Amino acid sequence: MDVSELITLIDGKLLNHSANLTREVKGGCGADLMSDVLASIQPEAVLLTGLCIPQVVRTAQKTDVAAIILVRGKVPPQETIDLAEKEKIALISSPFGMFELCGRLYQSGLHSLEMSVTDPDCGCEE
Amino acid sequence: MDGSSPLQGRIITDQQAENITRVEELAYELKVNEVMTKSIITFSPDTTMEEALEVFRAYRISGAPVLKDGKLAGIVSIEDLIHCLQKNDLKSRVRHYMTTQPLTVRGSDPIIEALKHFVSYHYGRLPVVDLDNTLVGIITKGDITNGILKALQHDYQEEEVRRYRASHLFEDIESDRSSLILRYTIKQGDFLHGGAASSAIKRALLRLGATPQIARRTGIAVYEAEMNLIIHTTNGGVIRSEIEPHQITINVYDDGPGIADIGLAMKPGYSTANEAVRELGFGAGMGLVNIQRCVDSMRLESVMGKGTSLKLKILLPKKETVGEGNSNPEEK
Repeated sequence: MDVSELITLIDGKLLNHSANLTREVKGGCGADLMSDVLASIQPEAVLLTGLCIPQVVRTAQKTDVAAIILVRGKVPPQETIDLAEKEKIALISSPFGMFELCGRLYQSGLHSLEMSVTDPDCGCEE
Repeated sequence: MDGSSPLQGRIITDQQAENITRVEELAYELKVNEVMTKSIITFSPDTTMEEALEVFRAYRISGAPVLKDGKLAGIVSIEDLIHCLQKNDLKSRVRHYMTTQPLTVRGSDPIIEALKHFVSYHYGRLPVVDLDNTLVGIITKGDITNGILKALQHDYQEEEVRRYRASHLFEDIESDRSSLILRYTIKQGDFLHGGAASSAIKRALLRLGATPQIARRTGIAVYEAEMNLIIHTTNGGVIRSEIEPHQITINVYDDGPGIADIGLAMKPGYSTANEAVRELGFGAGMGLVNIQRCVDSMRLESVMGKGTSLKLKILLPKKETVGEGNSNPEEK
């Protein structure tokens, strides 16, 4: 699934313009704790979160996230949008809640890119 | 460019968007005299239309300015010639067929001015004049396209050269041991910029030719340490990263308050962060654990009231050294 298909699937609104909409999304990860995201997410995932602060984009840049979805129609502060613009990561707002969004994405074939805590590998090696 | 872009309402890709904005910028940056044709063929008002036809054919042009006493008097084009041929009037002078008081642009105008005229009036060419109406050149849509393409190519080459230089940084420098040191000062409580330093380090590593995996591991480890400086220190601290071809050494230090029990701090889930920090998505007690998982070695030392020092090392395998020309093609 690429980012533009993802946007359609979740009735999403793209908040920045610099993102590559043909970028492939390989799976998903949902969390409000950025520490959890940093600890568990694998590359090329879509990140679902209820947090709107710039740190969401910083976390995404560090972890090679393909797109960010802000749940429950949240509108982030301008700093967050500006940073997403600069880092060229798609920042999408969707009216649905976290559970609904995870369900929709999973059903459409996007599986989890969250590592379980039992997995010793940090996901940085290939 | 004129407000009703044909791209409006269409989904455009990253690359297209990037190029469009750059082209739009260039339309304002480039000046008419940078792209115009300077060696111009001109006629006098008394040139015959027959002569004009011969010149058009010989030089494969479709229009030329007409000068009287060195000043621009008009412009004659293929269309005027067709008009003349229809009347079978080739012996006539160009002054009878030329367009007088043609639209002009100045050499110092940005090319967007010329583009506006081309869009509004469908002319093939515009004479370029200076302040006292002396002809200095002629500009066509083709000149503008060529000018923009040249400028874009120049931009692209500059970035390529920059990346190439960075990825070969250590090759041309002789020493027993070369390294690149990046230092960042982190302010306590500066959540707005939290993560900027680690982003910069990640980008630098990619430019130096590090693999995406190495850049990612380093980025995550430094980010966690950076957030720790913002959240937990009294006066902020410093991130010092030393990049060598075969290893990255990171030292994160502050002057207090210090960690009371390092063993406890290393325990997954243990956190001393307050509610405000947790609301920002941090302080889950995973930071140090996460750092440890991303690096090859980690040493944490702390003295209460004095400060904390965190030393991290990431080793680069032989084939993945940085700054020695192993530029990674996957780099984004």
